[in-house]
This record gives sequence, C-alpha cells and structure tokens, in this order.
Amino acid sequence: MTTAPEVGRDRRRKEDARLITGRTNWTDNIQLPGMLYVAFLRSPMAHARIRNVDVSGVLGQDGVVAAYTGADLAAEQGSLPCAWPVTEDIVIPDHPPMAVDEVRYVGEAVACVVATDRYVAADMLELIEIDYEPLPPVLDMEAALAEGASLVHSDKGTNASFTWPFSAGDVDAAFGDDAVVVSRRYVQQRLIPAAMEPRSVVVAPEGDGYTMWSATQIPHVLRLMLAMVTGIAEHQLRVVAPDVGGGFGSKLQVTAEEVITLLLAKRLRKPVKWTEGRTEGIQTTHHGRDQIQKVALAADRDGRFRGLKIELLADMGAYLMLVTPGVPLLGAFMFPAIYKFDAYSFTCTGVFTTKMPTDAYRGAGRPEATYAIERLVDEMAVELRMDPMELRRRNWIKHEEFPYTTIATLTYDTGNYEAATEKALQLFGYDKLRAEQADRRERGDAVQLGIGISTFTEMCGLAPSRILGQLAYGAGGWESASVRMLPTGKVEVVTGSSAHGQGHETAWSQIAADQLGVPFEDVTVLHGDTRVSPKGMDTYGSRSLAVGGTALVQACDRVVDKAKRIAAHMLEASEEDIEFEGGTFRVRGTPEPATTIQEVALATFAAHDLPEGVEASLDSDATFDPENFSYPHGTHLCAAEVDTETGMVKLRSYVAVDDVGVVINPLIVEGQVHGGLAQGIAQALYEEAVYDSEGNLLTSTLADYLIPSAADLPEFVTDRTETPSTTNPLGVKGVGEAGTIASTPAVVNAVVDAIRQFGVNDVPMPCSPEHVWRAIQEAGGEPATTLGRGPGR
Amino acid sequence: MPRVRTTVDGVTYEGEVEARLLLTHYLRDRLGKVGTPIGCDTSNCGACTVLLDGMSVKSCTMLAVQADGSEITTIEGLDGQAAASANGEAAGHPVQKAFREFHALQCGYCTPGMIMAAVDLLRDNPDPSDTEIREGLEGNLCRCTGYVNIVRAVQSAAAELRGTPS
Repeated sequence: MTTAPEVGRDRRRKEDARLITGRTNWTDNIQLPGMLYVAFLRSPMAHARIRNVDVSGVLGQDGVVAAYTGADLAAEQGSLPCAWPVTEDIVIPDHPPMAVDEVRYVGEAVACVVATDRYVAADMLELIEIDYEPLPPVLDMEAALAEGASLVHSDKGTNASFTWPFSAGDVDAAFGDDAVVVSRRYVQQRLIPAAMEPRSVVVAPEGDGYTMWSATQIPHVLRLMLAMVTGIAEHQLRVVAPDVGGGFGSKLQVTAEEVITLLLAKRLRKPVKWTEGRTEGIQTTHHGRDQIQKVALAADRDGRFRGLKIELLADMGAYLMLVTPGVPLLGAFMFPAIYKFDAYSFTCTGVFTTKMPTDAYRGAGRPEATYAIERLVDEMAVELRMDPMELRRRNWIKHEEFPYTTIATLTYDTGNYEAATEKALQLFGYDKLRAEQADRRERGDAVQLGIGISTFTEMCGLAPSRILGQLAYGAGGWESASVRMLPTGKVEVVTGSSAHGQGHETAWSQIAADQLGVPFEDVTVLHGDTRVSPKGMDTYGSRSLAVGGTALVQACDRVVDKAKRIAAHMLEASEEDIEFEGGTFRVRGTPEPATTIQEVALATFAAHDLPEGVEASLDSDATFDPENFSYPHGTHLCAAEVDTETGMVKLRSYVAVDDVGVVINPLIVEGQVHGGLAQGIAQALYEEAVYDSEGNLLTSTLADYLIPSAADLPEFVTDRTETPSTTNPLGVKGVGEAGTIASTPAVVNAVVDAIRQFGVNDVPMPCSPEHVWRAIQEAGGEPATTLGRGPGR
Repeated sequence: MPRVRTTVDGVTYEGEVEARLLLTHYLRDRLGKVGTPIGCDTSNCGACTVLLDGMSVKSCTMLAVQADGSEITTIEGLDGQAAASANGEAAGHPVQKAFREFHALQCGYCTPGMIMAAVDLLRDNPDPSDTEIREGLEGNLCRCTGYVNIVRAVQSAAAELRGTPS
C-alpha cells in the first residue's frame, strides 16, 4: 500500500475536536474530592520591609483550613531557581516563593489562606494584618546603576546582576574616522505575555508522592526543579501539563505558586488548587522584553557594513527567575542578523529593579536584536541616501555562501534571502507603494504612507547541549521520543516536548505515519505527563519540531529496524534483502511475499516464532541532541498609513514571506506565522506594561493593557520559500517565534518612514497615537522640504 | 440564599446559590460545565461567553441569580447532540466545524467564547463583511491566531448557515 506522504499535507488538527466542543482538560477544570483552594495576599508596595504579618484573624473562620506567612514556610519553601547563571560572578539573590523579610515588587506573595471554597479564601485575605516599612522603589535602570542608588537587594551592594561581554574583529578599526556611523538608543518596552489561559495549579497527595497538574510549558523541567527546591524526591513527583491555553514563554517558569501549592498539599494532605485572576496574572506572571539598547552601525560610504556595537541594559526585575539572565544572551548572537560584518562588540548588563521579574517571552532576546538591527539598517539607508532594501541586499549573506559563520560565531546552515525577498516584493507591490508614498508627500496629505522592511533571521531548535554548556545554562537541549507499536498495529507516540497550542498531536502523527507507513488516524500522540513521557525538555524556543520531531524520526527508524529483522524471519529471507516502503516489508525486487508492519506487530506480540535473540517488542526510544541551531529567515514588508494630525497608525498591508525549511503541515505553519505577527505588531503599536513612580503596575487589567482584538489587526498576506535545514534529517527549522521576531521592526520602520519628512527618525514603542503625534511635534510639526523625495527619505 | 432555576444545554437545574456567585463559577464549579473557561475578570477577553436566551453574554460579568429563569447554551450544548465523535471527525454546529476547517484556533482557550460570540454575530447579521466580523468579535481576545483564520471561519460558517456556498 503506497499512499501520498503525510508530511506537507494540510491536515486538520486532531486537537480541535475537543477544543471546539468544550471537552477540554484545563487545569482549572480539575475538581477532586476534598479539594481546598488557596488565595495569596500580595504586596501593594513595590519595595518594603515586612515588619509583621499576622494571620491569626483568619484562623477559625468558617471554611478556613489554614493560613501561612512566608516566615511559616521559610524552612521548607527554598528559593525559586535560576537555571542560567550567565557569568561566574553573577549576583543571584535569594527568591523565596513567599516573601519573608522584604517585598520587592507589587504583587509579591506575602501570605496565603487555604479554604474549602475559592470565594472564602479570597475573602479571608482582608483579615490578614500586615505592617510594611516602605523602602525606596527602584524603577529606572540607568538610575539604578548610578552611584548611591537605592538598592533592590541591599545585601548585594549593587543593582547590577551581571555584565556579559562579547567581541569579535577589530571594532575600533570598523568604527574608524572614514566610517559612516549611525548611533541610536532604542527602548524595548516591557511586555506582558498574557496567555489566554490564566496560570492554574492543582496538587494532590497520592501515596508517598504528589501529582501536580499545572498550566505549564515545562512539566519535565518543573518536576526536576520542584524536587531541587523543595527536597521532595523527584521520583515522588509527577507533573502533568493537561490542555494548556497558550504560553508564549510565560509558562516556561517555576513559579512561587507552584511551589507553595505543593507545600500546602504536603502539609495538609489534601488536594489544593490555585488559579490566578487576570490582574494577579498580569502582575505576577513573568514579563518580557524591557531593555535599553545603545546601538551603533558603521558602514563604508558605498553602504558596505563594517561594524556593529551593542550595549544593553536588561531589566531583570526584582529577582532572577528560571532563565531571566539568559534572555538577552539569546539575542547577543543575533544582532548581526543576516549581514556580514568585519567586527562586532556586545555587552549586556542585567539590572535589578523593584518590578516583576522578566523572562522568556515569544522570541526571547531575538526580537530585541532583530528590532535594533533592522531599525538601524533603515537609519543607515537614510544616512547614505540609499534604498533600504538595496542596502540590505549589499550586505546580506548570499545564498551561495551558506553555510556561513557570522561575526557572532554562529554557523547559519542554509538560507536564501534573495528568494524570500523577491517573492515578498512581488506580493507587496513595493514599487507601486513607493510611488504612492511620494505622491502623498508631494501633496502634503494629512495621511502619510510609510513602508517598513524587515529581513530577519532567528536561531531555532534550542539547542545543542554543548553550546548551552558553554553558555552556562543548567541543562541540555536534547529532546526525546518513544514509539510504541501496539499489537493491532496502532501506534502510540510519546514526545518529551509539551504542546500548548502548537498542534503536536497532529504534526507528530503525520511524521510517524510517514516513517512507519501507517495511517495518520492510527497514531496517537502522548505528551505533557512525566509518568507517560518520563524524559523531555519541553516546549519553547521554536524547538519542538527541529529537535523533538527529529527524535521521533530516529525512534521510528529503530522500530522499523526491529520490525525488519522479524519480517525477514517471517518472509524466510535474509534481513539485507528486505526493503520497507509504505508500511510493507518485502523481499527486494519482488512484489511477493510481503508482510505489513501491522502483521509484524501482531507477530511480535504473539512471539510464537521470533528469530533467535530477538525481543518481543518493536518499541523504541530516541534522544536527539542537535549539532547546531536552525536558522529560519524571511522578508516582511509593511505598509502603514499614519494620520499626521492625530498620530493614528493604520496598517494598510502586511506581507510575510517566511522560510522555515521543510513544512510538515502548512496550515499549522501559517497559523503560527499569523499569531506571531499579531504579537510582534502588538509590541510595535499597542502594548506596554507601565509602572507609575511608586512602582504600581498601571496596566494591570486587560482594559488597560491593550492586547489587540480582531478590529485592531489587518489581514496578513503570507507565503513561503523552502530552503531545507541541514541541521536535522527532516530539514525543518522552526516557526513558533518567526512572526513575532520579524514584524515589530517592519511596523516601526513603516511608521518612521511615513513621517520621516517631518524630521522624525524614531518613535518610541508602542507607536500609539500619542507617541507618534509627539514625535511629529517634537520634530517641529512641519515636513522638511529637503526631505520627502525618493524612497526611504 | 436565593434559589436559581436555569436550563443549561437542555438540562434544568435548580438550587440555592450565594447571591454574589458569578454565572461563570455557577456553570463551572456547580454544574461542571467546564467547557466554558474564564480568561479575565474585567469582561475584556470574552472567553466565558455563553448564550443566555439566545443572546451572547460574558458569564464572568453576570451573577448566577441574574440568570434565574433563563435558558443558557454553552459550547458543550451548541450542537444539541453529541458534538464530536471520538475520532475527531467534524461534527457539530457550522461555526464549530468551520473553526476546525480553517484552523481558527491554536491553544483553544478563547475558542468556546469566540464560537459563541460568532454564533450570536451571525444570528444578528447573517451576511457580514470581514470588517463587520472583526468589529463584531472585538470583545473576544485571541492571543494565538492573529484572527485571520477566525474571520475566514466565520465567513465560511455564515455561508453554510445561509445555505449558499462560500
């Protein structure tokens, strides 16, 4: 039986049947007999010493089971982990899940109440008495590093957590007197990931151990870390990530609430549940971005790039969480992007402030890097009076130059920037839009048109364990897969990566179906439960397919190898003479005799007549550790209309041509691009976490923090080119973050391009009407007559 | 405590509730109708949208007592019959089927609310433009899809409900 390959098909998702009918298993759905609910009292102060906390008024109230302060749990709560100590002298403060002596951001947990009902638990928080001694908030990174600044952690003597430098080539020569240099200061505003499913955790004592259900991206990492933090033995912890409603990095974390809920279940010997409210989540689920970037690009007069200098301040927030300090490092290697340089220097200082800690948010370091370089290239084009696309063309790595080792020492495996750009320009109608732009400028139209380009690459497939070790990350970057052939020939695939919207159940079924020659419908994919999939590194960094998918291919290969021996025995032929295609084993060159993999599975189960020394099992495991990252790329083009009188930005069109290598399921890939674009555009135009001068988070509801709705976003035009990765046998690259990484600079470049003739060369993100209007006013409010002709000026 | 009588997805329930109990907690915690999720506490996200006497409401913004005497349809009862077969073959309401067909969901958390809001939108406007769909669903946030495929799905479902090919 030969059927069309599954890989490359627009399979409708297996996941959807339950998701569209409400037959889902979100963590907050779980109700267990005798279950208790916990509510947390949280600090209203950005920075304060805790003089006294008194929960005695709560105890004895109807429905109250227990109440604890941070001090009550101090002996067992441990310190929340940071797995990425990026330098040897990094300052890593203690991070008690519930504050004991001092609070360092608004929302930090200080006490908790456990009750029989979630409303009662919440009510009781008002009866807790707490006495704070205010300390000065630390809110501005640059001020925090100044002499005599108030300290977030007074015992550490500094607000600097670490400084991480990198340098290659002769930077001074690159920036010599004969160079054209463009220097800028960009601010990556703080963002709130805001997955639609709030965090939720349920812990049930079971026998000697505990089962935790959590809305997490990382059940495996979480189990290990919980064991290390609490001292509960790893084998007595089972962590389940049931249906998880989005993450975008925000659920790549080991949280205070997970640790405390576990400890409460341990103390009370009862199942305990905690589910965050949205405001609680916005305040206390880790934030993203928040960097100040001082950047400089040097080029020859003819536009050849020479050097790049990057100085970052990265806001850590009050503590270092799981990979907080590593996020800017993921960007450190990506500032040179798709371009060739003689020299590059990078330095990043992590800074403590009295705000919610930052950590991975979709793209994690790479959007920040891509933004800076793609904005700088546009500014350089203006400086050189060159078309911004032409400037890119002169400097990017040509398709025949791959594999190419960049100035940042990464080796890009494959790419074809020319092809993706060509396709994008055609879909976009670049020349026509440039003509319209010139016309609007000529007419002095109140609504100006801007064109933004982003030719980006990113690094996916996290990660070669060897490189993670060199970067001082606490774990490896492999992924595992198991394939179980059931007696009837149906297949269970177990993956260590843990989906939360990506569609693993569908895509992994497609891969296994092709590899094993079984129908797509005959495969079921299991994930997200440490008892079912004991080994895994989970889902983040656009790694699942490139790393986990490859592990699956290897496990399938091993199943086929085992089956081949048994098939040879069944067919009374030598193993070397057996070929396998479309699920059937046959003697090479002859149609008969033949046997299917399903028949082999049943014969293996029966085990009546197996070859000598062969086990009665086709099941196989594999662990794949990539040699290199994969490097998706693409060209994104944005046309934005800017009302120069109101500052309102309207996206007129958006074209994204992405090269993510081989595509398993085009429907899923397109969806990932769409969603990524929405989040990147949201950073460019809408979203910003705002703290006031006291350190209160002003944007603490979805009424104040502007997640775009359908009415705020345009239709997207997406297309692909396909340059297979050579890093893995599937040729896949990763797509989860591409849209987010590429789109922010495309949009801001378009906005700035639209109002460049006013003398504007930057608009701080988000490009809200206020920011755009102010940028025009501060530049004088009148279009300069010497500008405004020709593209890009 | 006040008594509340509701019919939810065709089944009638009656019992005492705290006056302050939100409709969404009544559905989820008391009746076990966990197909309707909660995404925020300020009526912004729309994940908890259900139909109350045929009109879409955000169930986190209503008290259970306000629903007394009402007929409620949740995502679990939208199809009126067993909504989807176990093997995932498309069954269900045209909007549900279209969401799957057009990949209008990823994590699926906003999906019940988005589908219920779309059903109400199409009841109100059986032949909407893309802009009318986008504006009509403005009260429902999705963080995964970028909405393009949601618009496509709603257009397709609209055509099917009108009985014209899309």
